[in-house]
Amino acid sequence: MTVFVLRRLAQTLLVLLITSVLVFGGLFLIGDPVEILVNPSADQIEKERATKALGLDKPLHEQYFGFLRGALTGNLGNSFVYARPALEVIFERMPATLELAFLAMVIAVVLGIPLGLYAGLRPHSVLSKTIMAGSILGFSLPTFWVGLILILIFAVTLGWLPSTGRGPTTDVLGLQLSIFTWEGLRYALLPAINLALFKLSLIIRLTRAQVREQSLLDYIKFARAKGLTNARVIGVHLLKNIMIPLVTVVGLELGSVIAFAVVTETIFAWPGMGKLVIDSIFQLDRPVVVAYLMVVVFMFIVINLVVDLLYSVLDPRVRLSEVKG
Amino acid sequence: MSAIVAAAPAVETPWQRFRRQFAESRLALLGLALLVVVIAIALFAPWIAPQNPYDLAKLDLLDARLPPGAQAADGMTYWLGTDGQGRDMLSAILYGLRVSLYVGVASGVIALTLGAVIGVLAAYLGGRFEQIIMRIVDIQLGFPAILVALILLAVLGKGVDKIIIALVTVQWAYYARTARSAAVVERSKEYIEAARALGLSAWRIVLRHLLPNALPPLIVVGTVQVAHAIALEATLSFLGLGLPPTEPSLGLLIANGYEVLMSGKYWISVYPGVALLVTILAINLVGDQLRDVLNPRLSR
Repeated sequence: MTVFVLRRLAQTLLVLLITSVLVFGGLFLIGDPVEILVNPSADQIEKERATKALGLDKPLHEQYFGFLRGALTGNLGNSFVYARPALEVIFERMPATLELAFLAMVIAVVLGIPLGLYAGLRPHSVLSKTIMAGSILGFSLPTFWVGLILILIFAVTLGWLPSTGRGPTTDVLGLQLSIFTWEGLRYALLPAINLALFKLSLIIRLTRAQVREQSLLDYIKFARAKGLTNARVIGVHLLKNIMIPLVTVVGLELGSVIAFAVVTETIFAWPGMGKLVIDSIFQLDRPVVVAYLMVVVFMFIVINLVVDLLYSVLDPRVRLSEVKG
Repeated sequence: MSAIVAAAPAVETPWQRFRRQFAESRLALLGLALLVVVIAIALFAPWIAPQNPYDLAKLDLLDARLPPGAQAADGMTYWLGTDGQGRDMLSAILYGLRVSLYVGVASGVIALTLGAVIGVLAAYLGGRFEQIIMRIVDIQLGFPAILVALILLAVLGKGVDKIIIALVTVQWAYYARTARSAAVVERSKEYIEAARALGLSAWRIVLRHLLPNALPPLIVVGTVQVAHAIALEATLSFLGLGLPPTEPSLGLLIANGYEVLMSGKYWISVYPGVALLVTILAINLVGDQLRDVLNPRLSR
């Protein structure tokens, strides 16, 4: 177990290093941030001064090693646009993204598992077929377009919910969160539903497939033969076994929700890190883009690790030394 | 199962059985019909479209943002309205479908070829090569496609070739993983052993013997991935990172309508989205049934 975690951590560092080299090198090749940052009427001398101030006059490898040295002390460079540490800018925006991702995942799980269970247990009922048809639709709807339709229906036509920005925040355990007040939740609802839709379909389909595969197995037949109640067979025996793949997928999808927030945040002008990185790409704010990637890659690796560890807790048959570390 | 086989007339060829099982789902047949229509529209767009949306001389700025059903000065009816440049939305959608399908299918075919060869080769060669390839696949699949594509396009810039590169990069790993796991099952079978005993070259065994037998799961993954690729391209173009405005795909058309959506001018965003939805839905319906038919694990 310890060896497994250590090996994973070593791998994490390697992945972070490779990502940083690729992204740093790649971003260096495109555009000149100075052209965007400096007043267009600035003369050559002023531009050169700005270039020097940002450290862009040094050769690429020197810039990169400067970045690495900083990274080891937890400093990923200053944002060109905000003139503050890039990490600080990102951490400021992070609670907004996390609460959105969390709310979306809760919606997807709370609705998805019961619907999937029903569709799996009664595959031939009309309601099940409706659920499955709905899930194919949810799978096929492009997220960004659904966002626009939600705005069109609930904000423009009906005027029920606000469509842009984030509501008032309150201090929850030191984090500025908005979903714990009704007013804040109103703002979060449309983007969270938008983000949840695809995951909801995924969870429905996965739950149903698992239920159908597992219900045929001997342990379910045996449990029924023992005369256990239906509720116990489904609620304890079946649910426990379908939980294993579900936890994996829900865990891994949490990462993908955070990544997909880029799209939803852009549409709903939600001030999270996804919107920040899109803005930064267009403003050629390289330090923020690099720092965002480092943060997200790190988050992903941590999520994957936690999922693997949970896996071994849920399913005693899995030995971590056998999981490819 | 045995009853069905007994009822079937004489001997059914695999192709006949495949067609019969596929046709069991009416939804899948509907999907197939929709898909044929969509492909036909994309292929024949220049002959069907009432207007050539690329021909700037035909556009009249006075006709900008007209609602569906409005009449042009020359008597043409804009059935789906016009966009900000006075372009007929119906024509723009027909041409946009062409771009979206081309990007999706081209990237899918390239990624499938690349991934399948790498995956099967990994399974056949085994050892260190297999380990390294599969580790790269694992790590890459740990990251969501949109993130990888976003970064690639931030670096590469806009263009049809660039978005295809980005889509191939995010997709090859799915094919490689599928091809490898199918080939791992096949490689220990007797016909491969026989082929080796005959002294056939590794390339010949991989391409002529392993690959064809690993094909069914690849086709299933392929349909799903093409639908994903089309949606991903639309998303990236919507964000302003995919295709240039000179080649408006459906995603770009939707993005154009985003700014005026709040003022109730819905048609510029809604109709291209419907076209996108129908395309992806059709592919998914077909893919869903293909998965059921080609999956040996579901006892039918």
